[in-house]
Amino acid sequence: MNDMERHEYDVVVIGAGGAGLRAAIEANALGAKTAIVCKSLLGKAHTVMAEGGIAAALANVWKEDNWRVHFRDTMRGGKLLNNWRMAQLHAQEAPDRVLELEEWGALFDRTKDGLILQRDFGGHRYARLAHVGDRTGLEMIRTLQNHAVASGIDVFMECTLRHLLTDGGRVVGAVGYWRDSGRLIAFGAGAVVLATGGVGKAWRITSNSWEYTGDGIAMALEAGADLIDMEMTQFHPTGMVWPPSVRGLLVTEGVRGDGGTLKNSKGERFMFKYIPDFFRADTADTEEEADRWYEDKRNNRRTPDLLPRDEVARAINSEVKAGRGTEHGGVILDIASRRPADYIKRRLPSMYHQFKELADVDITKEAMEIGPTLHYIMGGIRVDADTEQTTVPGLYAAGEVAAGMHGANRLGGNSLSDLLVFGRRAGASAAEYAKRGATPRIDGTQLGQFADRIAEPFQRSGNENPYAVHSALQDTMQELVGIIRTRSELEEALVRVERLRARAARVRVTGTRRYNPGWHLALDLENLIGVSEAVTRSALLREESRGGHTREDFPKPDPRWGAQNVVARKRDGRLELVTEPIPTAPDELQRLIGDDKPSGEVAVAAAGGAE
Amino acid sequence: MKVWRGDANGGEFVEFRVPSDPGMVVLDVVHRIQAMHAPDLAVRWNCKAGKCGSCSAEINGHPKLMCMTRMNEFAEGAEITVSPVKTFPVIKDLVTDVSFNYEKAKTIPPFKPKPKEADGTRRMYQEDVDRVQEFHKCIECFLCQDVCHVIRDHDENKASFSGPRFFVRLAALEMHPLDTNDRLDLIRAKQGLGFCNITKCCTEVCPEDIHITDNAIIPLKERVVSAHYDPIAWALRRVRGKRDQFAPPEAEPPSA
Repeated sequence: MNDMERHEYDVVVIGAGGAGLRAAIEANALGAKTAIVCKSLLGKAHTVMAEGGIAAALANVWKEDNWRVHFRDTMRGGKLLNNWRMAQLHAQEAPDRVLELEEWGALFDRTKDGLILQRDFGGHRYARLAHVGDRTGLEMIRTLQNHAVASGIDVFMECTLRHLLTDGGRVVGAVGYWRDSGRLIAFGAGAVVLATGGVGKAWRITSNSWEYTGDGIAMALEAGADLIDMEMTQFHPTGMVWPPSVRGLLVTEGVRGDGGTLKNSKGERFMFKYIPDFFRADTADTEEEADRWYEDKRNNRRTPDLLPRDEVARAINSEVKAGRGTEHGGVILDIASRRPADYIKRRLPSMYHQFKELADVDITKEAMEIGPTLHYIMGGIRVDADTEQTTVPGLYAAGEVAAGMHGANRLGGNSLSDLLVFGRRAGASAAEYAKRGATPRIDGTQLGQFADRIAEPFQRSGNENPYAVHSALQDTMQELVGIIRTRSELEEALVRVERLRARAARVRVTGTRRYNPGWHLALDLENLIGVSEAVTRSALLREESRGGHTREDFPKPDPRWGAQNVVARKRDGRLELVTEPIPTAPDELQRLIGDDKPSGEVAVAAAGGAE
Repeated sequence: MKVWRGDANGGEFVEFRVPSDPGMVVLDVVHRIQAMHAPDLAVRWNCKAGKCGSCSAEINGHPKLMCMTRMNEFAEGAEITVSPVKTFPVIKDLVTDVSFNYEKAKTIPPFKPKPKEADGTRRMYQEDVDRVQEFHKCIECFLCQDVCHVIRDHDENKASFSGPRFFVRLAALEMHPLDTNDRLDLIRAKQGLGFCNITKCCTEVCPEDIHITDNAIIPLKERVVSAHYDPIAWALRRVRGKRDQFAPPEAEPPSA
């Protein structure tokens, strides 16, 4: 261990998506010696795959838009479970963060008078998403990446950090390994920012890549931090369903934002049957009004195709269960019959390319087949709204890994803006903390124990295959902790997760330490399983249906649950769950949100043939 | 399918057989090989949708993204080989050391915007950003770097040549409607633009269909030539800065 590679920084940022890069840029700009550590090459994090846009009330297209409307949309879309202060800061600061990207070289699509163009998305009152065709995430990550590199920030690529180092309850660094050589590496840090994203790889059908194994959530749990609302997972309504090799791959909400509509196998625009009371006043109830809304938002209400994602995903699930799905178990997303081919190619070039190359479907001529795919987790590490500090000193979190901002359901486009707003705040707070905190002291014994755990899979005697265990976990979460949940299935999931934990401990790694994905997965499995347990137990505790969490046995939102966060934390190696009241918004913000509450049964099963 | 396995000390093709599904791409097969036969088989990937540029390899000798290469492109029973990109040193199996590209990225002078409009906005018109947006489509798969003759078979050129990826990046900056930084001296002297003899190999392999040669490299070459060998342009550039070629078009009436 004495020959372990060691580094010292003021701020270590783990993860190099939008939140990590923005945090590092801020910390560095404030004079902190800053490192970014990421599992993949720079510029490959999930932000690169974001398609539709960045939500910000720039009011370039609709003058009526402002932060208050954005705040209202975010809170109602989140079924009022959001941390109001985060939603407020987000809505207020997103425009500046978008304009800042332009100062760093980003080129968004333009309005006729030369400003940033904005597009429609689900749950947003006005066309609000700054975008670049359907490759907005690429523009954002490349802009941040170039700016970070030009700022001289040190980047440790293909380097996985596994454990946070602590000293008397404060985080003082992290330890992990280089993926290429397999050698261990440790960082001492005045403060650590977690920006590691979500845990999509625990499910079978997901839009997420191999990286999303819940690392940050698991590390924070181990270091004693609180998680909240881990049951709140987002199934994006439109993932590809055919062929099998692309199942789950994202189809941007921009398809619907730009005029596409959902239909069942009978050709019905079924979303009109699934308008909940909570959104009725804002939603068109005839096809004619819905179609007029694209051109005239002042006199028409939004199409139900653009209800928040949880509503649309449940509706699709019900249609398929009722036998009105397509051949491959999805529904139809049609833009071909509604918009001209050149418009589709210009607005949605990568969707055109993706379907043409991978599914032999020309979306300018044919309909797409789509279905829900696990996309995002609203739950995560509990943070202070203003500083992004976790409940552990020295540890900060921003982006998908953090929780609160999106409540029970995230609106499309609110993720990229979340990364920028709270990435910047986390970087600033971490730099400030590192400046005033005492010099971090690394505990050699703890470092040695963690180092042993990283190398341990090579010494095991079991014969489990890491890929097989991972696959079994994905099936478990898909079947038992999916869009519609129920007590018996969640209890069964917990039993299976425990069995998988035992199997994971018997995973034996073959080969050397040099770039060995079997070993990497063996380690990631511990995170995946630990976080899956937190999701399942939180889902079992919350006995209501709200946003991304739908219980067949409790099909209505319950106002008592609507005022509670489910909190999970690790004490003495065991996961503890409690509920705690969510902070209430001050009166002037409460007035913006409105007094009505989500109510009525959500679509938990096959919708009857009442059409 | 035959997959190259080995490291910097050498290696060989190893044949694997796995069951197939409809619509499979080469990357699916590599993953199935990992899961069934070779858990330590090294491969980079992320998005599996042609958006991140991680899974570059040479498939039957052609530089391609594994995630966008369908198995049904090959005849039933045809031999398929998958090997690491040749221009960069092998780390293990299909993974190469691409740090060359990240080092070159550090040498690019950053974006430096001109002042804002009097009303505090940035106004750019779609027709002015269109050509730069083409360059911003680059997913950094580095296939253009892999196929470029200047460095593919000539390691010795790497020190003085940045490669097509970075000519695209430089073109994006030079043609950015707001940028004021002047990189032409550097492009000529340090980035090695002159090495390129316009064989268009880079354009052919670009999975994003960026017209690297026609739209980035040739215009850059023209700019370098006119800046350095046309005395009037040279003098104007010194006096007026480089922005004179971008007069904004007539503003159209505001939209809704």
